Amino acid sequence: MIEGAAWRKWVFYNIPLILFVFVLLFPFYWMIITTFRPDGELYRPWNAANYQPFWTNNPTLDHILYLFEETSFGRWMLNTMFIAAVSTVISLFCGVLAGYALARLNFPFAGGLGTVIFVTYLVPQTLLFIPLAEIIRNFRLGDTPWSLILTYPTFLIPFCTWLMMGYFKAIPKELEECARIDGASRWKAMIYIILPVAVPGILSAGIFAFTLSWNEFIYALVFLSSPDQKTVPVGVTSELIRGDVFFWGPLMAGALLGSIPVAIVYSFFVEHYVSGLTGSVKG
Amino acid sequence: MALVSIRSVNKVYDGNVHAVKDVSLEVRDKEFMVFVGPSGCGKTTTLRMVAGLESITSGDILIGDTVVNNLPPMDRDIAMVFQNYALYPHMSVFHNMAFGLKMRKFEKPEIDKRVRNAAAILGIETLLDRKPRQLSGGQRQRVALGRAIVRHPQVFLFDEPLSNLDAKLRVQMRVELKKLHERLGTTAIYVTHDQVEAMTLGDRVVVMKDGIVQQVGEPLELYNTPANKFVAGFIGSPAMNFADVTLAESDGKLWAEAQGLRIGIPGEIARRANGRNGAHATLGIRPEDIHLAGPTDPTDLCFDAEVEVIEQLGSEIVLDTRVGNSAFVASVDPTLRLKVHDRLKLAMNPARLHLFDAGSEAAI
Repeated sequence: MIEGAAWRKWVFYNIPLILFVFVLLFPFYWMIITTFRPDGELYRPWNAANYQPFWTNNPTLDHILYLFEETSFGRWMLNTMFIAAVSTVISLFCGVLAGYALARLNFPFAGGLGTVIFVTYLVPQTLLFIPLAEIIRNFRLGDTPWSLILTYPTFLIPFCTWLMMGYFKAIPKELEECARIDGASRWKAMIYIILPVAVPGILSAGIFAFTLSWNEFIYALVFLSSPDQKTVPVGVTSELIRGDVFFWGPLMAGALLGSIPVAIVYSFFVEHYVSGLTGSVKG
Repeated sequence: MALVSIRSVNKVYDGNVHAVKDVSLEVRDKEFMVFVGPSGCGKTTTLRMVAGLESITSGDILIGDTVVNNLPPMDRDIAMVFQNYALYPHMSVFHNMAFGLKMRKFEKPEIDKRVRNAAAILGIETLLDRKPRQLSGGQRQRVALGRAIVRHPQVFLFDEPLSNLDAKLRVQMRVELKKLHERLGTTAIYVTHDQVEAMTLGDRVVVMKDGIVQQVGEPLELYNTPANKFVAGFIGSPAMNFADVTLAESDGKLWAEAQGLRIGIPGEIARRANGRNGAHATLGIRPEDIHLAGPTDPTDLCFDAEVEVIEQLGSEIVLDTRVGNSAFVASVDPTLRLKVHDRLKLAMNPARLHLFDAGSEAAI
């Protein structure tokens, strides 16, 4: 804590905190207020007499209704959820097994392999989508959810592997040795002892993977083309920006609704999530 | 119940670190065997090889009549207690203790009976529903013990199980371990770096250093007749005094001489040291075998010392003294009134003198 005169606390603690919170939360506030503001107010010039950008007296659900009635927003939500969920499950499965192997099985080059896997995570998607597009076309997967379900793991698996590897290393190896003396095979020791202990880590990896695939933009933009197949980020930006016309109300409504599932996932797992990041395993 | 034979076992890590060198031991049935030595002496590695957690580079390990070199830990019928207890954090005490039985497909009522029985022996019946994080250090230790005893294994392995406890609890648990072993009569191998634990718990003690067994014997045997200077210095507290001396024969007697010190070597050792006239050696004497010289003490066992530090322990006084250029620690009568820089005449107990070769450090 900051000690001393009251002004020190304000200058070094309260004011920076307030600024920080403001900067972080203002876009959300803007998104919410725009969602519920009628078009008449949204497109009012800034020098009009009754211009009030930060508040509305006539809230409306028009933009949300527009999303569901005039666009395939519901469909996009389902697509995104399906794609994010399946690619997360695939990546977690591979990441947990690979992370365990790299952390615990002393095979030659385990350390080097771990680094190489991490390096693949660093290859920018903006480059990787070019060869991947070729592969997706060759397998005739273009414009299907599978084009994303199979490509998202290219960055999710390295991410999960790396995170789980760190987590498994933090678990005392005596736990597993004790289980093996107690009569468990390596598999059973992993299933009954190591995985339950690693649940916070697995949840963290899962939440991150889910969020990354939920928000992913480039692959979704490149691999999907028909409106019915699109994910929320691509659907909203491609269908609600036509040429230079921005449908701000529905755009913001789409952004708001699109961020709700992620927010729910976060708040639901936040306890596990935090302890997962700090890696607390108590013996 | 079984004996454990370790035959010419070696462990080499990564082709160059030779952690355990040609260790051969027999742990008898129902014996409590303690491996003791400084860190990195190979005692834990040896234990882990018995457990099957470490592969054996060469040699054989037998439990009962079975060579277990290539058996996985689960098939060796052993139980191990780890230094950090290794309790499963997501399971209650009951399930921690029942896990091994479940893995071995015991019936539910049998598991229940055994766990409750073990809990009763260890006095943890009321903790069965708690999670490990809700337990104190001593309670966790008991649960770890309970988990080992429910299985009725052939051999118990203990890897420094008391070193995470505070001093008072450690003494208490040491006594309980001893009682537990007497009650169960299971063969046990216990690794520690604490020579007090080794002396008090072990039926026999193995002293190791640098991967080599220095001496195997009953605690008093190690204390009274150490095989070399290392064992002599490691066993006993405060540690044995050593002085570099030169052996010299005169007047038909063998003398150990150093600056400010001239001690007549008594008959038995002198006979063994025959022919070493003029050789360098190390003289060893335990603090408790030095006393304030009285009129009856022969002068060839007396020496002059200057008091440097006085440690009053109540039951004894530990004196740090200077004799020529060697330092001697003596444990003397607590009723003596002494001051720093006092000059004293001290005497050694001739029956308790030790002499070690200066090169090999083996006892003469």
